[in-house]
Amino acid sequence: MAAPLHEPGLKQSHFKGVRLPALLLLPQLLILLFFFFIPAVRALMGAFLLSDPFGATVHFVWFDNFIALFHSESYRNSVRVTIVFTLAQNVITILIAGVLAFATDRVVRGQSVYKGVVLLPYAIAPAIAGVLWAFLFNPAVGPVAFFIKSLGFAWDPNLNGSDAMLLVVFAASWKHICYNYIFLLAGLLAIPGSLLEAAAVDGAGPIKRFFQISVPLLGPTIFFLTTMNFVYGFFETFAIIDAVTHGGPAGATNILVYKVYQDGFINLDLGSSAAQSVLLMTFALILTLVQFKHVERRVNYTI
Amino acid sequence: MVERTPILTFICHLLLIGGIALVCMPLYYAFIAGSLTMEEVQQVPLPFWPGDHFLENIETAWSKVNFGRLLLNSFVVAVGITIGKVSISLLSAYAITYFRFRFRMLAFWLIFMSLMLPVEVRIVPTYESVANAALPIQWLIDLFQLSSLWEWISGNRIEISVEWNMINSYQGLILPLIASASATFLFRQFFLTVPEELLEAARLDGASAMRFFWTILLPLSRSNIVALSIILFLYGWNQYLWPLLITTDKDMTTAVIGVKNLIPRSDTEPAWNVAMSGALLTMLPPVLVVLVMQRWFIKGLVDSSK
Repeated sequence: MAAPLHEPGLKQSHFKGVRLPALLLLPQLLILLFFFFIPAVRALMGAFLLSDPFGATVHFVWFDNFIALFHSESYRNSVRVTIVFTLAQNVITILIAGVLAFATDRVVRGQSVYKGVVLLPYAIAPAIAGVLWAFLFNPAVGPVAFFIKSLGFAWDPNLNGSDAMLLVVFAASWKHICYNYIFLLAGLLAIPGSLLEAAAVDGAGPIKRFFQISVPLLGPTIFFLTTMNFVYGFFETFAIIDAVTHGGPAGATNILVYKVYQDGFINLDLGSSAAQSVLLMTFALILTLVQFKHVERRVNYTI
Repeated sequence: MVERTPILTFICHLLLIGGIALVCMPLYYAFIAGSLTMEEVQQVPLPFWPGDHFLENIETAWSKVNFGRLLLNSFVVAVGITIGKVSISLLSAYAITYFRFRFRMLAFWLIFMSLMLPVEVRIVPTYESVANAALPIQWLIDLFQLSSLWEWISGNRIEISVEWNMINSYQGLILPLIASASATFLFRQFFLTVPEELLEAARLDGASAMRFFWTILLPLSRSNIVALSIILFLYGWNQYLWPLLITTDKDMTTAVIGVKNLIPRSDTEPAWNVAMSGALLTMLPPVLVVLVMQRWFIKGLVDSSK
């Protein structure tokens, strides 16, 4: 008997007809059309246009907006800032989350209390996380700033660019450790006990087992988290930047997504803002494709 | 546990206590600052014990940025986004897994493509779409020269222009955020694991497509819906960029934006005590949700990222 004709992602027993599924899909597709496809196309079109801030005259300028971007010192600065910011945030987040997940996996008593507290920042808005750290690091009143100064270092994120960068990296990492932690912990708990026991019988201690068995097995999880951390650092940290530093001082924390907003809404340089949007979209697209390629290889999480 | 390692276990407890301290330190200091008067909060170093002005500061924040209204807005927006996303995702996931029709794969890919573009990267054009959602219709009118057509038919000169402004409205805050590829994908994955026999049995009993959906598929999805709803509630409550852009009226914005407006700037009085009490007040509802529904929250978090 020939195998039944099977479409991917369709149930073996299913309904036929077009009217009902079209009706079911309509709300989703309408929202996507209005708030997703039309804006994306407009960004694409806008990237090739040059208009004055009042929209009175519009010229088609081919790739001029992009070329202007690559020549613009402030855009190159923004790219550098974004790279430093996302890399620092990524490394700090994964390392701390990894240590905490390893420790949680080892302890028996108090495990659920630890887990509950470490997960808390997930509930807190990035903007609020930013506000909390802005207070701690405030040069006039902040307790952490006081501590740093008492060690003899100068500290003022309102004037010093690297201080400001440190502040937003801290706030962004603090908010995102919990996300990495829960996936790493789930991955650790999913590692078969028999593997670890066999290694223990061969004389491998807990630390050695962690690096030689757990970390390689967690490879896909770590990869996934790295991608997600980049997405987070690139896009979701907008709120932290806007609430805390406004991209300053002197562009020291002006990450790409913040620059799109600044150029589009404050400087009203719409063509440049649209071109930046297009570049960011391309980047987001690449990240998603990279992540999607690995979607099937993902381990099964249970916790 | 494979072997007993008391020293390592002790170190692990220490590390975890360090982690907890790291998480709690900003929250604790926020509480201290939120409970002092404005003079006390200027002291260096900050006192280690809280004062007794917490409620007073909350009252100040309440009247300064109309917090009662902002919290209500946040609640409406978070619940609206949750219900909206869950319902349109359930319906579209049902359509693409349980129906065979010609454009099934096209619909799947159209939805899936939107996964790739967070709202942050298409800020300006999305804003324009919300400022006038009727813009595409206006394009059609312009494209087909409907105005001049009308002039030719009736002899009257009129300018046809349509406008549908969603600035400063709940629909403007909610609608652009409810399309969701990831929620659709989550329900699709779940539907694919539902036994085939259920639909066959329902059919034998003469159930229609919608009846099958309501009486069998929906109850089966309950735990997925609850878990996802928690994540979406947090997502909606914590929105920042969108409310910032499309609300110009201070009474239509959300609590998170309210907190942002309370932060002392260099040219305002340093009322950190009020800002911190507002921050604590705003984070309270989502933190309670996470604490009370921890198990569901973890399930939702892990599921929705698959």
